[in-house]
Amino acid sequence: MNDYNFAYLDEQTKRMIRRAILKGLAIPGYQVPFASREMPMPYGWGTGGVQVSAAILTPGDTFKVIDQGADDTTNAVSIRKFFERTAGVATTEHTGEATVIQTRHRIPETPLTEDQILVFQVPIPEPLRFLEPRESETRKMHSLEEYGLMHVKLYEDISRHGHIATSYAYPVRVEGRYVMDPSPIPKFDNPKLDRSPAIQLFGAGREQRIYAIPPYTRVVSLDFEDHPFEASKADHPCDLCGAEDSYLDEVIIDDAGNRMFVCSDSDYCASRQAQGHRGRLSPEVA
Amino acid sequence: MMKDDAQTPLLRVRGLTKTYGGRIGCADISFDLWPGEVLGVVGESGSGKSTLLGALAGHLAPDRGEVIFDTRAEGPRDTVTMSEPERRMLARTDWAFVHQNPRDGLRMNVSAGGNVGERLMAVGARHYGNIRATATDWLGRVEIDPARIDDRPQAFSGGMQQRLQIARNLVTGPRLVFMDEPTGGLDVSVQARLLDLLRGLVRDMGLSAIVVTHDLAVVRLLADRLMVMKSGRVVEAGLTDQVLDDPQHAYTQLLVSSVLQV
Amino acid sequence: MYVAVKGGERAIENAHAWLAEERRGDRDIAELSIAQIREQLKLAVDRVMAEGSLYDPDLAALAIKQARGDLIEAIFLIRAYRTTLPRFGASRPVSTGAMACDRRISATFKDLPGGQVLGPTFDYTHRLLDFKLAADGEVPEAPRAAKAQPAEMPHVTGFLNREGLIEEAPAEDTTPPDLTREPLEIPAGRALRLQALARADEGFTLGLAYSTQRGYARNHAFVGELRIGTVAVEMDIPELGFAIEIGELTLTECETVNQFKGSKTEPPQFTRGYGLVFGQSERKAISMALVDRALRWEELGEDFIGAPAQDAEFVLYHADNIQATGFLEHIKLPHYVDFQAELELVRKMRSEVTDANPAREAAE
Repeated sequence: MNDYNFAYLDEQTKRMIRRAILKGLAIPGYQVPFASREMPMPYGWGTGGVQVSAAILTPGDTFKVIDQGADDTTNAVSIRKFFERTAGVATTEHTGEATVIQTRHRIPETPLTEDQILVFQVPIPEPLRFLEPRESETRKMHSLEEYGLMHVKLYEDISRHGHIATSYAYPVRVEGRYVMDPSPIPKFDNPKLDRSPAIQLFGAGREQRIYAIPPYTRVVSLDFEDHPFEASKADHPCDLCGAEDSYLDEVIIDDAGNRMFVCSDSDYCASRQAQGHRGRLSPEVA
Repeated sequence: MMKDDAQTPLLRVRGLTKTYGGRIGCADISFDLWPGEVLGVVGESGSGKSTLLGALAGHLAPDRGEVIFDTRAEGPRDTVTMSEPERRMLARTDWAFVHQNPRDGLRMNVSAGGNVGERLMAVGARHYGNIRATATDWLGRVEIDPARIDDRPQAFSGGMQQRLQIARNLVTGPRLVFMDEPTGGLDVSVQARLLDLLRGLVRDMGLSAIVVTHDLAVVRLLADRLMVMKSGRVVEAGLTDQVLDDPQHAYTQLLVSSVLQV
Repeated sequence: MYVAVKGGERAIENAHAWLAEERRGDRDIAELSIAQIREQLKLAVDRVMAEGSLYDPDLAALAIKQARGDLIEAIFLIRAYRTTLPRFGASRPVSTGAMACDRRISATFKDLPGGQVLGPTFDYTHRLLDFKLAADGEVPEAPRAAKAQPAEMPHVTGFLNREGLIEEAPAEDTTPPDLTREPLEIPAGRALRLQALARADEGFTLGLAYSTQRGYARNHAFVGELRIGTVAVEMDIPELGFAIEIGELTLTECETVNQFKGSKTEPPQFTRGYGLVFGQSERKAISMALVDRALRWEELGEDFIGAPAQDAEFVLYHADNIQATGFLEHIKLPHYVDFQAELELVRKMRSEVTDANPAREAAE
């Protein structure tokens, strides 16, 4: 892969993306249009996140990629390999060791630090898109802070179901100004966005948008005063490490439909097991 | 009359003109609307009355002319040259627009409560219980059973849909209401009930309104003053009773007599 | 550990090895050469070049071979390669008036200077399977005209223009924005729209154009002229101080002549739709011209009737097959985190309903 520049993109393109990132950091939650490049992986498979990572990676970085919280899912493997090949950076599966973490659909359980950057892959950056399909109209709604429609949707949820029926990609308001889509993370992860010490960058390749949350920024999940936001998860401990505080995947384990619950954050779960924590179905029940 | 009390008209329109590819939509329309006043605009279809309403409400960009609205914060402002954000702000606060077809003015896939609550949420209401209480109250005021608050408008009759649209528009207490054939497409008995309701709301809330209709019975009941339009121009204007009882222009005479024949 | 995709890395490698084997197919059958694809599947090569926005028949043929004949996959390969190429500069606009035409037809005039040239067309072939091709594809050489083609083939629309019957299309010197270097922003000018349409998916463009013919923003198009041939590409070389020819391209150009009644700003006259694509693809060029014309409603003072082909935002955001296929296919990636969140919610809502129902029954 010597024919390609460090981290694949040419320096001109990286500068353009860095400018978009800086603009995004300066206007938290605002979607900055950028000239997304055609990447050697399909649109919708993380091209936005990959371009952001490519623009910020330096040879000294340690890179981690997760998809659904796990380092070993196929697309995470594919993206990690891409950067191993094109940037030659060190990679890790440990959240604590990584300086740049690219993620799809999760925020790691281990709290992040000021020395880390979290890069989200975003499919549809526009939180108003499914209420109003026109980009020209949604951009106007953002610039005029016309967010009434967003609350109409939440109102409808409560009137029909008794509570807000959005379980992932739950919209947030950033620093009291822009309504933002946090990417399809479960709403369990929303509180981690708030006042995070790490820089959080969001890249949407196909939709040509970058947005950002600078460190220690106020991120509030939309709700009503009398129906406050609630982060939720499966009401179980992890069956492998016993964690009570982590987001769980449900896995069907036999033909009878029995299931087990395991941490979606594979590094978190493995680290706890290494420390001797055990769950209901841990392999070596001594 | 109100005219004597208020120093500034609520709306001051001068030389408003809108054409479509050389064809006149409406031409050189000028009038004042005073606070608390209801102005009726009548004419046959194609007379330009809907174009006029669209140009007044900012839905159509006029070719020429001024539409000066007495804003709360800054006094009289020309809404034609106003920036779009300002115009949209007006449209969701001080102005309201009742469409002929309730489908154009309602969100058909949102419940009745959500429809009424939208304008409240748009101006910052964030307490579900309060929003719902206000919506319930308004459903009652437009004679819709509050038990139907969670039903979608598709399940409503035409008359109910129109009343819901009115509630949705009036919930934030607008100062100027544009109405485009508000009783059009409804059965005669349903029309009478709606008109009665509108008349009550206009009186109770002291609303200013511009009502476009081809139906002289509507203006007779609602409007203080009347403008008669033909081929995009105003051919006669005056107090409603005067114009209807003693029409001067041949076209108005024809309109009035055709109603009498019915 | 039960997480199903453990060992993803090895699975990916094995899958790719299997893919390579499948691409090759039966090893007893001779392997396709790039030259064979380039010469004998030329229209596929043309489509890949057009929608890949890169004129290189050999690379396009390679992409088709690598993609096992999946043209959208091949276009994707070309696009991803194109992104990495350095830009040396921009050529001069090509002159389609000086095109060496293989084909040139007008549906609006029976005859015209330069004549009607049918060229290598499927038109008027009877669509009967030719079983002879299954055995032996050799064909006799086609007869050739003795007289040489004129150097300039005037455009049909030029004749109409002389009478003032068709809208002016004045020459323009502004450099159009580059869709592949700047984010697409709406509203998009005509130059940008044409650029997007030129690389738009052929099927999508065809469907939109067809919809205009069936009444969704009907614009009464006549094919004023359709021409296919080669044009020279010239580039200004600053060191030399003049332009030199650096190569040639095969292009398909379609100009439609559309009925128009006139508007507030425009007198009654014919209007234009324009299509230009790499290679030989008259289906795409004609489709592009119809959609171009439909998108021009605003500048011509026409009404927006809500037809898809009039809606620039709809057309431009959905015309690119690489964007579309990527996003469409991404739903096969794991989504179990989101799905888990939905599972929890549905369970919670169901338990609330079952908890509430017995109480309601008791009350009745």
